[in-house]
Amino acid sequence: MTIRAQHLTKRFDGTPVLDDLSLDIGAGDRIALVGANGAGKTTLVRCLLGEYRYEGKITIGGLEPRKDRREVLRRVGFVPQLPPPLRMTARHLIDFTARIAGCDAGPIDDMTERLSLDLASLTGRPFVKLSGGQKQKLLIACALGRPCDLLFLDEPAANLDPDARGAFFSLLEERIGQATMLISSHRLDEVAPLVGRVVELDLGKVVLDDRVADAGALTDRLHCIVELARPDEACRAALLGWTLQGDEAGLLFAGEIAGPDRLRFLGTASRYSGVIRRLEIETKAPS
Amino acid sequence: MYRNENVSEENTLPTEGGAIPALSREPDAGHAPTPSSGLRHVIALELAESLRARWFLVYALVFPGLVALLFAFTLTESRVLGFMGLSRLLVTYIQVCMAILPIFVLVTTVRSVAGDREAGIFEYLLALPIGLGAWYWGRIIARFGLVFVPVFIALLGAASWGWIQDIPFQASTLAIYSALLLALTACFLGIGMLISVLARSVDAAQGSAFVLWLFLVLFLDLILLGTLIEEHITAETAVAIALANPLQVFRTAAMALFDPDLVLLGPAAFVILDFFGHKGFLAWAVFYPTALGSLCALLGFWRFRNSDLP
Repeated sequence: MTIRAQHLTKRFDGTPVLDDLSLDIGAGDRIALVGANGAGKTTLVRCLLGEYRYEGKITIGGLEPRKDRREVLRRVGFVPQLPPPLRMTARHLIDFTARIAGCDAGPIDDMTERLSLDLASLTGRPFVKLSGGQKQKLLIACALGRPCDLLFLDEPAANLDPDARGAFFSLLEERIGQATMLISSHRLDEVAPLVGRVVELDLGKVVLDDRVADAGALTDRLHCIVELARPDEACRAALLGWTLQGDEAGLLFAGEIAGPDRLRFLGTASRYSGVIRRLEIETKAPS
Repeated sequence: MYRNENVSEENTLPTEGGAIPALSREPDAGHAPTPSSGLRHVIALELAESLRARWFLVYALVFPGLVALLFAFTLTESRVLGFMGLSRLLVTYIQVCMAILPIFVLVTTVRSVAGDREAGIFEYLLALPIGLGAWYWGRIIARFGLVFVPVFIALLGAASWGWIQDIPFQASTLAIYSALLLALTACFLGIGMLISVLARSVDAAQGSAFVLWLFLVLFLDLILLGTLIEEHITAETAVAIALANPLQVFRTAAMALFDPDLVLLGPAAFVILDFFGHKGFLAWAVFYPTALGSLCALLGFWRFRNSDLP
């Protein structure tokens, strides 16, 4: 689905948060929308969702999101940055989403399974009482389990553990070429491996619009070996958090991480560069 | 500016590959459930969300609890200003309703609606293909039921208990009381929705609701009206100001059920009864607050549809 924003301006109390912004997004594009806090990312997404009034023009698949909001939103999957504090249960949220979107709840259930979210164990618990990761998985399942061809994902993997991130990347991989993706983040390293194009906003304007070249596939796995010069409890905890297995002496760690997590993993490793003697990363193509 | 030339302009989600939900250009096609504007789903959602909320638990206990307390204090056996039996209890109950119901409806409505917007619930749920009308009116319908049912059940409970105890009471009075409570609920729900839409934060909405309630309560004071008359305002103008206040209308109508000549009101009664007549005034007491609430709700919807949603 194509998106075209022309001379888009959005003001709050007279202050422009989006300032004469123009952007063309082709069908199937995967775009990282990056920028500092207050750059206008969330405002742009809300304008695209038809939630804000604005000056200028937006068309999504030829339709105006504000005027034709139901037609547009029927084809949009959205994951917000902060999970809403809903009191309904996970089951209720899935059924509500499916009914409103006019689709079957089955594929959403399937998505929760693939994200390792055990719905049965959440019976009766309100959404707001779930952990950050559980909420995020459920919102991702509701977005990806619907028949939509436009995905707006705002920091979608921020609360996910490494295994869930891997599953999430696989789900996105399946959508490549079929859905247009706009992935918002304030950190490029979080989303760069997921996209083919980066749009950076600053003070409501596009300050960078460039391709991203990443040879790896979203479903690649990276085999990592980390050897420490001496035992270090903090480093050990961080590596175990990445699901690497350690030896009894706490000096040698090995395991697999998701390909798109390469930069994040190196970021973690860089914090312990003083104690890391050896670091090996080998790409393993998906089987 | 970069464009992906390899992908066609139109949407090309293939239907093969079972793991990916297939997009249909016609969302209604096939065996998938038909998408609706969502009115009944929004009603069900609002009911479910509110039934889990603490405010509703408190609210649902307050009114039946009050009736139980009034019975416990054997109010049915007392006689004040000529009222006795169940009438005496219901006069007290209706006075208590007038004090509690408006502020409760206002505060819970603005906290719920403005609170949901502030917490990001609007941002998420309104990114689903829900009709704005379904969202707005669905919430109003559900809240109307949530607010009115406990009050009505308490009223019905009092009447039933009175019937069991063989305390004399007219069924028509119960029906008119119910209609008055219905009108009062509709009025303050509509006002609450309008405030929720206009205010951009929970604090502002709550503050506005409280100030409005205080303003209306102040105008209940007939001494104030007496002062207005002393200031050479005509009695008709003073009474018109009073009757623009839905709380005053409700209170006077409740009084008129047991005091048809409105003796307790003093000279103002002549103006009211001359203009409306007894039945006419009761009809006005049901119509006016309902119309005011509906007008506020409509204005709120117009504003909601034409402003930023989250």
